[in-house]
Amino acid sequence: MVTQAGPPDPAGGPSTSRRRRLRSRPAVRDLLDEALAGVAARPTRLILTTLGTVLGVAALVGTVGLGQTAAGQITQRFDLAAATRVVVQPDDKGGQEGEAATQLPWDAPDRIKRLNGVEAVGTVSSLEIGDDLVENVTGLDGGAGKALQVMAGSSGLWDAVRAVLKTGRFFDDGHDQRADKVVVLGKHAAERLGINRVDAQPAVFIGDEPYTVIGILDSVTGRADLNDAVIMPNGTAKQAYNLESPDAVEIRTAVGAAQLIAEQAPIAIEPNNPSTLTVDAPPKQGAVRKGVESDLNALFLLLGAVALLVGGLGIANVTLLSVLERISEIGLRRALGAARRHIAVQFLVESVIVGFLGGLLGTAVGVILTVGVSWVRDWTPILDNRLAFGSPLLGAFIGLVAGTYPAWKASAIQPITALRGT
Amino acid sequence: MSTAVALPAPVVEMIGVRRFFPGPPEVQAINGVDLTIGQGEYLSIVGPSGSGKSTLLHLLGLLDNPTGGVYRLDGVDTMSLRERRRAVLRGERIGFVFQSFHLLDHRTVLENVALSMVYVGVPRRQRMARARVALDRVGLSHRMEFAPTTLSGGERQRVAIARALVAEPSLLLADEPTGNLDTANAEAILQVFDELHSEGMTLAVITHDDNVSRRAQRQVRIVDGTLKW
Repeated sequence: MVTQAGPPDPAGGPSTSRRRRLRSRPAVRDLLDEALAGVAARPTRLILTTLGTVLGVAALVGTVGLGQTAAGQITQRFDLAAATRVVVQPDDKGGQEGEAATQLPWDAPDRIKRLNGVEAVGTVSSLEIGDDLVENVTGLDGGAGKALQVMAGSSGLWDAVRAVLKTGRFFDDGHDQRADKVVVLGKHAAERLGINRVDAQPAVFIGDEPYTVIGILDSVTGRADLNDAVIMPNGTAKQAYNLESPDAVEIRTAVGAAQLIAEQAPIAIEPNNPSTLTVDAPPKQGAVRKGVESDLNALFLLLGAVALLVGGLGIANVTLLSVLERISEIGLRRALGAARRHIAVQFLVESVIVGFLGGLLGTAVGVILTVGVSWVRDWTPILDNRLAFGSPLLGAFIGLVAGTYPAWKASAIQPITALRGT
Repeated sequence: MSTAVALPAPVVEMIGVRRFFPGPPEVQAINGVDLTIGQGEYLSIVGPSGSGKSTLLHLLGLLDNPTGGVYRLDGVDTMSLRERRRAVLRGERIGFVFQSFHLLDHRTVLENVALSMVYVGVPRRQRMARARVALDRVGLSHRMEFAPTTLSGGERQRVAIARALVAEPSLLLADEPTGNLDTANAEAILQVFDELHSEGMTLAVITHDDNVSRRAQRQVRIVDGTLKW
């Protein structure tokens, strides 16, 4: 009996294939198939396992997405005021030797107004008032005079700095031409003088001269110094304090025109010597935005990272449990010729798949969250593509890290222990 | 295969194999076993529990390493092999049939059988076809797409036998193959073994059941870690 010829061929295949090379080579695709089957075998568990990663990645994508979106809205609003403001001033350094520093002409606003893209323009100047104090006539301010800044402006200034009145009115070209003794008070200046209404035509003394208060400012944009000042028309300032020329020209441009106006304004004002003027124009887009975003993102990223840590621990936990449950499967695979590393790779791939699926779902949830909130708030959703495409990979990476220990545990299981019993 | 006819080398050749488990106290589970299983032989190894027959099975199946001695499988000296090569040799040369079947519940019968070809490098295209042939061989061609949990114990063990055969092993190693089965199903399994033997397969069945043991062509008894003839 022992001399029976040749080994049997129960499967009917070619028995020449029987003595194969002594190398265990399951294809990568085979290991992937086995891992996929392992994952798919327990769908309920799969969903529960991915939950942590889904939440973590969703939190990350959602918070970063909303952070970027919100920052985008903040800077848009911020831009509207700052991005349309252009200021022209004489160059402090003065002209070449002996030549006096350039003076801004009084007709600068008229010259600027003709430029396309200018919405409003006005001049503003600080007055040298010597030792003159500003005093409320009624003595309601306690009697003592206040050392307040006194300024002068053209009638166009109010529109150029988006001034809003608390009460009363602005001075106009008429006041300017007649050199009427009227003033408009800045918000803080009015508080210090104890004046909060103008219907009784209150007056203030600047030095020995009385001026009628015709209006009180509520807010201005870009020129905070106006809040603390008493402002009179240019014409009045020329007469009372010999104002020779405006200090600065304030321009409000149409959205997007600021850069262009900044180039054209000096030429329009000083066609012969445009370089003697300095221009303050808004920075190029992006510089402001970056600063705001980085602050917000630091916090959001921290939140997402904590959520992901929890998600990773979840995967590690469930994979470890799964290894313990499938000890007999591990033993069987070893008996069928699987090497330790095949077992390790299978469990590692399984947890990577779980992490990747979690990342994919989480990204979807995060994107939906960002778009949904933006839609409700009427925002423009802003989402970095790298975030949207990178997050599923982040999930996979978390799966990889989380699966390392369970995979090592699985590969260390001895086949004889695994096959014993049951 | 012409060389195999000319020189029928034994499938299993054990000389003075020992397996001690370090103590304290040190357990001498297998102490000096000499065992030769020729090609096409049907051998049973009987012994009471605690006699060391499980340890012998693990050693025969390359699931465990001897403490000393010589073990050649198909003429390959297994003592000098590293873990990875042992895994390959195990997958290619040995088909296991376990008392508790060890089928994967979440995979179909066909996939369970095909699984034993994954780690030995059978091309994907051939696997399903060969698995079908093997299942047909044990009379289960009508159960291929079923889940193992829906099968009877006897059917499950036949699936396990098909899985053991499909990779064309040199040795079919069965560990209490009828231990979880009733008399009728046990008989059916033993008949499959008889048929395999008549077709030239080399079988080693480890059991404590004399009814199972009697079916073999040759019987050895293991007592206290040594073989009695």
